[in-house]
Amino acid sequence: MKPPQFDYAAPATLPEALALLAHPDGDARPLAGGQSLMPVLAFRLASPRLLVDLRRIEGMDRIDIDAQGVRMGAKVRWCDIERDARLRTALPPLAEAIGHVAHYQIRNRGTVGGSLAHADPAAELPGIAVACDATIEVASVRGTRNIAAADFFQGALATALEPDELVTAISFPAWPAGRASAFEELARRHGDFAMAGTAVWFDLDAAGRAHNTHIGVIGASDRPRRLTAAEAKLDGQVVDARSIGEAACAAAGACDPADDLHASAAYRRNLVGVLVERALARALAGTRGGLAAAGSTVNRSGESH
Amino acid sequence: MEVSFKVNGNAVKAQVEPRTTLSLCLRDHLKLTGTHVGCEHGVCGACTVIVDGEAVRSCLTLAVQVEGRSITTVEGLAHGDELSPLQAAFRRHNALQCGFCTPGMLTTAHALLTEEPDASADRIREVLSGNLCRCTGYVSIVEAVLDARAAYGGPAGDTAHGHAAAATGGAGR
Ligand SMILES: Cc1cc2nc3c(=O)[nH]c(=O)nc-3n(C[C@H](O)[C@H](O)[C@H](O)COP(=O)(O)OP(=O)(O)OC[C@H]3O[C@@H](n4cnc5c(N)ncnc54)[C@H](O)[C@@H]3O)c2cc1C
Ligand code: FES
Ligand code: FES
Repeated sequence: MKPPQFDYAAPATLPEALALLAHPDGDARPLAGGQSLMPVLAFRLASPRLLVDLRRIEGMDRIDIDAQGVRMGAKVRWCDIERDARLRTALPPLAEAIGHVAHYQIRNRGTVGGSLAHADPAAELPGIAVACDATIEVASVRGTRNIAAADFFQGALATALEPDELVTAISFPAWPAGRASAFEELARRHGDFAMAGTAVWFDLDAAGRAHNTHIGVIGASDRPRRLTAAEAKLDGQVVDARSIGEAACAAAGACDPADDLHASAAYRRNLVGVLVERALARALAGTRGGLAAAGSTVNRSGESH
Repeated sequence: MEVSFKVNGNAVKAQVEPRTTLSLCLRDHLKLTGTHVGCEHGVCGACTVIVDGEAVRSCLTLAVQVEGRSITTVEGLAHGDELSPLQAAFRRHNALQCGFCTPGMLTTAHALLTEEPDASADRIREVLSGNLCRCTGYVSIVEAVLDARAAYGGPAGDTAHGHAAAATGGAGR
């Protein structure tokens, strides 16, 4: 279908954009890459009065990496992340996940801010944000505020954003060298939204015990979330096939997926267990150059890529 | 609203509503019906055009968003009546049947090979995963793109399938 009628503005500065979003007539929506908003409009799931296109606003398109961590402006596109080789050490889970985000043409337009604000429960970046303790920076005519990713996502397509607020950036804490991590997902077609996915990471001590364990999932709940019950099974334990298996089991039990067109809840729950197991084993193998025992339990569940 | 941009090297202007998609603007306002529209919500890739060198879905782009930009549609690939090397490779490999997906396949592959002339078969498959074809089963399309690489400065020919790169005539654009 064709989109409903709306007005259009392409302000040149952030303050102008914020003023348009705060207009008393209400119902103004930011337009970034349009890769989620245009389908929403085509299906007539929304009919905003005004689209405020962010394309002319300067800035918000940089990836900055320093001792504090990684900060990405809201207008950074998927293809910018894909091309930035620094992220492979500065934020490995994102570097690994980015290849799964949408298709070639969509990656040329889809943005960080649009993905966070759209809040699809199966989208990769929101999952990485929650799993990696990111902070989302937001602005409005009232000023700016920072929102922890864990508080930002409130349900399927629902966030803590007020209607007149704009996401301006996302920042991630610094990533120490040697931290174990992996990202895994399964989608029906490469580049489609995941049926489920997981980002895992932990720090290993000299005795091979995990600390700071984070296990985040996407597509397995109404929002991206961490599975603390699964984290608790691994944290403080020696990471081996047994503890990985227990954490994976706990992950399958702790997520709360829904039935939908693509998969039943039972299938998704099982899938989360398999993906978490694979990811933890691969994370471990990445730090240790391979631990045969953990590798072999996981390989029975299929190929990893 | 009036919008002006370049299509296939020519400056154009069009009177559009804000909600007019680039695909609609190209087809209805500018009568460039080579760009096909399948799903109109970003899934099929048939509507792919190239904006300042980047492949994008024209059904997910508003015409007003391409103000001042330079667009290449499938009509811009051939030199007059002469097929481009990529188009010629599609023809040689029977990489189309009904032809509905073809404009999107060609523009996507053209953008890819322009940037990555040495794209591997896996990379080509990954990139074309965003373009649906209901006819060919994709194998002939991937072979055609592999074969066309030489014309973009990439490796010669699709040796695995015995088609010589020389057949493209080597006339890269
Ligand atoms: C076929 C297809 C497959 C896809 N597959 C995936 C996938 O596998 N994984 C994935 O993550 N995504 C996927 N996407 C979605 C794609 O990545 C979107 O581009 C992205 O989610 C939204 O980014 P955008 O810049 O296009 O936002 P837009 O579509 O412009 O906006 C999305 C929403 O966010 C709001 N918004 C935009 N920018 C801001 C801002 N700065 N502050 C506040 N609100 C804002 C808009 O008002 C709108 O409500 C897919 C899309 C398609 C069409
Ligand atoms: S018509 Fe644009 S992607 Fe299908
Ligand atoms: S040739 Fe018919 S859809 Fe591809």
